[in-house]
Amino acid sequence: MKEIKEKHAFLMRWTHWVNFPVLAVMIWSGLFIYWANDAYGISLFGVTYIKFFPEWFYNYFHIPQRLAEGMAYHFLFMWFFFINGLLYIIYTIFSGAWRELIPQKKSFKEAWLVLLHDLHIRKTIPPQNKYNAAQRIAYTAIIVMGIGSVITGLAIYKPVQFYWLCLLCGGYHFARIIHFALTIGYVLFFFIHVVQVILAGWNNFRSVVSGFEVIKNAEKVNDEKITEHGTAD
Amino acid sequence: MEQPIKKKVKAPLSVEHKIKRRNFISFGAFFALGGGAVAGWKWLLNAPEETPGITGGAKAPLRRALNKTELFFRNFFSNNHTVKTYPKERAAKTIRINSLIGIDDDDFDEKNWKLEVKTGGLQSLRIGIDEIKALPKTEIVFDFKCVEGWDQIQHWGGVKLSDFLNHFKLDELATKNYMGLETPNGEYYVGLERDSVLHPQTILAYEMNGQPITIEHGAPLRLIIPVKYGIKNLKRIGVMSFSNSRPRDYWAEQGYDYYSGL
Repeated sequence: MKEIKEKHAFLMRWTHWVNFPVLAVMIWSGLFIYWANDAYGISLFGVTYIKFFPEWFYNYFHIPQRLAEGMAYHFLFMWFFFINGLLYIIYTIFSGAWRELIPQKKSFKEAWLVLLHDLHIRKTIPPQNKYNAAQRIAYTAIIVMGIGSVITGLAIYKPVQFYWLCLLCGGYHFARIIHFALTIGYVLFFFIHVVQVILAGWNNFRSVVSGFEVIKNAEKVNDEKITEHGTAD
Repeated sequence: MEQPIKKKVKAPLSVEHKIKRRNFISFGAFFALGGGAVAGWKWLLNAPEETPGITGGAKAPLRRALNKTELFFRNFFSNNHTVKTYPKERAAKTIRINSLIGIDDDDFDEKNWKLEVKTGGLQSLRIGIDEIKALPKTEIVFDFKCVEGWDQIQHWGGVKLSDFLNHFKLDELATKNYMGLETPNGEYYVGLERDSVLHPQTILAYEMNGQPITIEHGAPLRLIIPVKYGIKNLKRIGVMSFSNSRPRDYWAEQGYDYYSGL
């Protein structure tokens, strides 16, 4: 027999889907800004292995010579990014949903088992609730990263008025590096997230739109959860 | 949506039916809102450019947002918030030259230079460099920040702008909302709001690294305003004026934020 099981609250779904395009615009406009001083790369012993970003990348996405435009977009959409994130955090704190989200002591050990399971190295997976251990870590990390982006962003946006934030971020240079690295982090998160969502299947995906999951056998709720929703990340 | 065929018999919906109903509503709303977001984004992408004036070059809605955001962040401005300073040894020996807009004419003669301060109407005050150098000198070693994203620790010396205004009895005029500065040839120009003009670290500089400013850095007199991006640090000041509305600003006409404060 089928059964409806509530999974994601409306506010979680709303903020999730608002964040996706807003963050995309922030990354896009952020590239316009970064282009004007594209100082970063990965070098070892004087040899540059990765340069952010290669010329073809800039040209393909029409990045060059758009600093002013980038700043204008960035300083508008930062409001949406901030308000949306704040909404999620306030909701998560006051609804008690943080209990399902914040990693527990055992999460760090369990996340390893989840990873092994996801990589098809291990057959079983520890029992779990709404989010598995790896998800708890990943989804909490992404919120912390969001807070980090706001703080480092403010530090480089108004380094004089918010000098204490700039200090907190280890100075103007380091704040810009963190701000950039966090963005790279979002992009990596995005790709892993999408693959995991595809692997987790329709029932899991739907729950982030409609809020519920369908459980096929009411008696075997726990087993279902493990096999059906174990891999969403 | 459920179909109210027979209202009298309200049989509980089957699970199947409930699932279908909630799927329909939620995905319907999802695609409607998604479509709305796409339409909103297209509207913004296709929004007309602002009418060129004091500011220009940005899409009208984005310019409105920049101006509103300025008003919000100006609330945090304080004379007590000062830019971090460094010991002189940290200052760059070679100061970066990023632009020569407004100071690239060959026939400029430093010896004939005087600062013209418009004091209202057709009147103006003409001040020579020696009168300025006679005022108390202030030095600052700070991290100069370019809107492009680079920065450099630089050592500048000159007179505090607020001291200058006091000395030449311009403080009354300086209560106006804005100060405008232009190069002698009028090709580069900036507007600055009063708070930043009167900030204690804002100076009219005539020295860099303890030496007279070179021509590429804006000799004989340039603005150093650490609470703003480099674009506001006008080189070779020719004319100074005061107004209650925004004076013209070179980069604000080209899509940049008028405020550009740090």
